[in-house]
Amino acid sequence: MSNLAILPIIIPLLAGILLAFFPKKLRLVRLLAKLITILNLAVVTYIFSYVRQNGSLVLETGAWEAPFGIIIVADLLAVTLVLTTNIIAVAAAFYAPKSLSDQQEAFYFYAFFFLLISGVSGAFLTGDLFNLFVFFEVLLMASYALIVLGGGKAQLRESIKYLLLNLFSSMLFVTAISFVYSVVGTVNMAQIAERVKDVDQQGILTTVAVLLFFVFATKAAVFPLYYWLPNSYSVPNPVVSALFGALLTKVGIYSILRVFTLIFTHDQGMTHNLFLWLAGLTMIFGVIGALSTNNVKLIIAYNIIPAVGFMLMGIGIFTETALSGTVYYLVHDMVIKGALFLLIGALVYLAGTSDLRKMGGLIHHYPLLGWLFFLASLVLAGIPPFSGFIGKLLLLQGSLAEEEITIVIVALLSSLLILFSMIRIFIGAFWGEKDESFPVDKRAAKAFTGPIAGLLALSVILGVGAEWFYPAIQSIAEYLMAPELYIDSVLKE
Amino acid sequence: MEIIMSIVAGLLFTTGVYNLLQKQLLRIAIGTALISHGAHLFILTMGGLKGGAPPILVEGIEHYTDPLPQALILTSIVISFGVTSFLLVLAYRASEANGTDNIEQLRGNDYE
Repeated sequence: MSNLAILPIIIPLLAGILLAFFPKKLRLVRLLAKLITILNLAVVTYIFSYVRQNGSLVLETGAWEAPFGIIIVADLLAVTLVLTTNIIAVAAAFYAPKSLSDQQEAFYFYAFFFLLISGVSGAFLTGDLFNLFVFFEVLLMASYALIVLGGGKAQLRESIKYLLLNLFSSMLFVTAISFVYSVVGTVNMAQIAERVKDVDQQGILTTVAVLLFFVFATKAAVFPLYYWLPNSYSVPNPVVSALFGALLTKVGIYSILRVFTLIFTHDQGMTHNLFLWLAGLTMIFGVIGALSTNNVKLIIAYNIIPAVGFMLMGIGIFTETALSGTVYYLVHDMVIKGALFLLIGALVYLAGTSDLRKMGGLIHHYPLLGWLFFLASLVLAGIPPFSGFIGKLLLLQGSLAEEEITIVIVALLSSLLILFSMIRIFIGAFWGEKDESFPVDKRAAKAFTGPIAGLLALSVILGVGAEWFYPAIQSIAEYLMAPELYIDSVLKE
Repeated sequence: MEIIMSIVAGLLFTTGVYNLLQKQLLRIAIGTALISHGAHLFILTMGGLKGGAPPILVEGIEHYTDPLPQALILTSIVISFGVTSFLLVLAYRASEANGTDNIEQLRGNDYE
């Protein structure tokens, strides 16, 4: 049964290789891409239900025993995130044909799309620190190709910066791993977690922990390392932005969550307090950015940043309630950011500009899209009963229980400003006089609406049906608070 | 020996960061290459330098070299080779499309 754990990595990998052979046969490639994403979603759903009932799946690749070989650990947290990733993938596969030009699609979009999914799933599933680096590189390589797809002037310019920054942080990641190896003599996460307790000099561990945090924070766009994100995420095609916004920063947050609940819990006064400070600053600077521009793509890209702050806040508080808030928010944010980027892509395509001041009156032409955007704004800002509210409620409950009042005030204020930045788009783009001469493209709007409505429906269900999802989320949080469970499941003691 | 290697890795990092902070794209590419060399040297050093023994662990053999850093360094070299070559092509295309290889002039504005 444990072989199941590798399927979410293998299926997209093989699909990516397969689709690289005949990129020009667009109809076949599109059909195959849709079928494979759905197949993969079905497989992952099965793995999810299996893990929910029977506990973690641990695969020792090549039958090398746990501390020696590379291991794949499909625990409930990893599987939940892989499941959400695959839901986004299905939506993206259905949205892509309309959003991309035929030429862009023929330039291996689907091949890199599947390699990206494979890398993201691998990063969630691996139980080995060096292997995490390798999967980071797999997903980054695919993302370099996707960000530059189309080869526009601005895209080339921004992808250079994106690549340089990620290359630098990857090299720091390798350096941090070699530090870990010299201190504890292993790169298996479970064994590291077991051995850090016996290290004499805790100071070196804190240094390594902060270095690793720096690496993950660069990927996750935490203050002050978020400066690269808005421009890089707003220049590529909307469907690529949606994949990046929904998945890539979340891989960074997941890595922080994993490493700082499993391995580096020795000096919480230092590390977890640092997280709280940075979480607050991330929220503040993120919303300031979102309010600073009239480019709708940039507004949405900036809105990723405060969400990262919220998730980091839960890790900083480090109680069961706060962690369940973080996990809930992680799932919620993946879905809603995917939906929002797709919505903005549709908006920019239909309005023909990304400048908010030049839009207006779109609700007369596209009422459904307008109301979907309004709904997405409410979900993002955390208006009850939608999913953003449940995540924030758990996070705020956790903080209040620990009497961290400042961060609660910052979080609430930034939520308000997020709503303001979203409503600005709604008023600017959808309200206003009806422009009779506006060229209306109902067919395109219809093609865009399907995937967006699907993701938003899921988001609403996540919020309204919180009672059904909460037990799973809570058991993940309990599991994260007890690292022995992870260690035992891997090392089988 | 470990101390010398650490100093060499540190020097590579220093020169790499210096080059990374330059304005010309080619220098920046060289800077990233130097940093990755530094990081690779670091992996090898952190595993502990022992020469003159095979990386095999069999019962009865007490003196052996740790094979893991060598596996890690190989993987990392391959990855940084791929990324660096991609970076060079990208830098070439970007400087052609934008008409400059000066990173200061590759800023752009909000609405394009």
